[in-house]
Amino acid sequence: MSDDTRPIHPVWLRVTHWLNALAVVIMTMSGWRIYNAAPFFDFKSAKAMTLGGWLGGAIQWHFAAMWLLAANGLVYLLCNAGSGRLWTKFFPLSPRAIVADLLAALRGHLSHADPREYNAVQRAAYLFVMVDAVLLVLSGLVLWKSVQLPLLRELLGGYEAARRAHFFAMAALVAFAAVHLAMVALVPRTLLTMIRGR
Amino acid sequence: MIKKSPRLAMIDGDTVVKEALRRIEQPSRRLFLQRSLTLGGLSLLTGCAIVDEDSVETALMSISRFNDGVQGWLFDPKQLAPTYPESMITRPFPFNAYYGEDEIRQVDADSYRLEVTGMVADKRAWTLAELQALPQTDQVTRHICVEGWSAIGKWGGVNFASFLSRVGADTSAKYIGFKCADDYYTSIDMATALHPQTLLTLTYDGEPLPPRYGFPMKLRMPTKLGYKNPKHIQAIFVTNTYPGGYWEDQGYNWFGGS
Repeated sequence: MSDDTRPIHPVWLRVTHWLNALAVVIMTMSGWRIYNAAPFFDFKSAKAMTLGGWLGGAIQWHFAAMWLLAANGLVYLLCNAGSGRLWTKFFPLSPRAIVADLLAALRGHLSHADPREYNAVQRAAYLFVMVDAVLLVLSGLVLWKSVQLPLLRELLGGYEAARRAHFFAMAALVAFAAVHLAMVALVPRTLLTMIRGR
Repeated sequence: MIKKSPRLAMIDGDTVVKEALRRIEQPSRRLFLQRSLTLGGLSLLTGCAIVDEDSVETALMSISRFNDGVQGWLFDPKQLAPTYPESMITRPFPFNAYYGEDEIRQVDADSYRLEVTGMVADKRAWTLAELQALPQTDQVTRHICVEGWSAIGKWGGVNFASFLSRVGADTSAKYIGFKCADDYYTSIDMATALHPQTLLTLTYDGEPLPPRYGFPMKLRMPTKLGYKNPKHIQAIFVTNTYPGGYWEDQGYNWFGGS
């Protein structure tokens, strides 16, 4: 194998990753407190899992961190696309490859020999979370500005529909994060490369 | 700089997984991983009440003020809020206030006078009859609460922009403030005050505004969240001095626009 001295994860990727992690934690925890103010399912989040103390505080956090999430997310997407990394790391991607790699993973046979290679499940997961994050932002914009953003509002089916879309997109993000953290725990070397780049 | 060992590049993936699993087997290591990966590990943020940390609170408030500016820029005075057929009115329309239903203020219709002060030409007080004699219009719009829920209601009353014109309000002023009979108070930006759907309402669903919905008068703005729509209005003033608001002074966003 060639002696590749380039970092596995470039600096811009590592910085945006950790800023995103921070933003997502703040958005999720404050978001759960906001949901608790008017739950539309039969449950509320436990207070310890929320951020902000009361509704006013949670909203302050939510509408502060949204700037970090959006700006950082945009920088990530632009760098990823602009550098070409998005195309080389995540494509090609086929449903067959995803199924094959998923089965291999469940059998404990999915190799992480080359940390520069994303397997098909990783590619699908990361692409999914990019799209999911965009959906969170768009539905969030409808919740915030349903009158000022009429096209987006109608696209998402109206204010009340956007509430549900926002919730389910959040649930998908949290599910992704749980799997993501479990995977990092299984291959701790990946945590180091996301910090050091190599 | 220490060159990475070329042997690392040739390690078998299976061996890495086996090694990781072996390490996780060790209780102390597993505990460390568990602790650092749980949300509880972020105890700095978990469930902390904002009011305790002064510098954090200041930062969050200044971001909220920044958001006021963004919302002012986003606000399109020609963009109308959606309207609905009467069949979609939420029945019953929810009651909401900073107090319970047992404390709803009862305002006497006959002695009621609307005070109009500040940067206006005509500082006369208005009786309910005088307000009812003005041209009336109505709307069926969605009321969105900061809590997240929404309800569709029908309100009727005086177009606020025309009322401001009638009292000779200085429309170059920044704020319109409201004082309410239940000790509630709030203020809005001039652009929203002049919006075509901003209504000084006297009726709900064709009937005089009941006390629970703000008798005798409520300012209805479908371009703003519920807490910005004051009920039981007793005084309106036009000013360049920031008047704040009941919830806004406690940390809710001032513009509160939807």
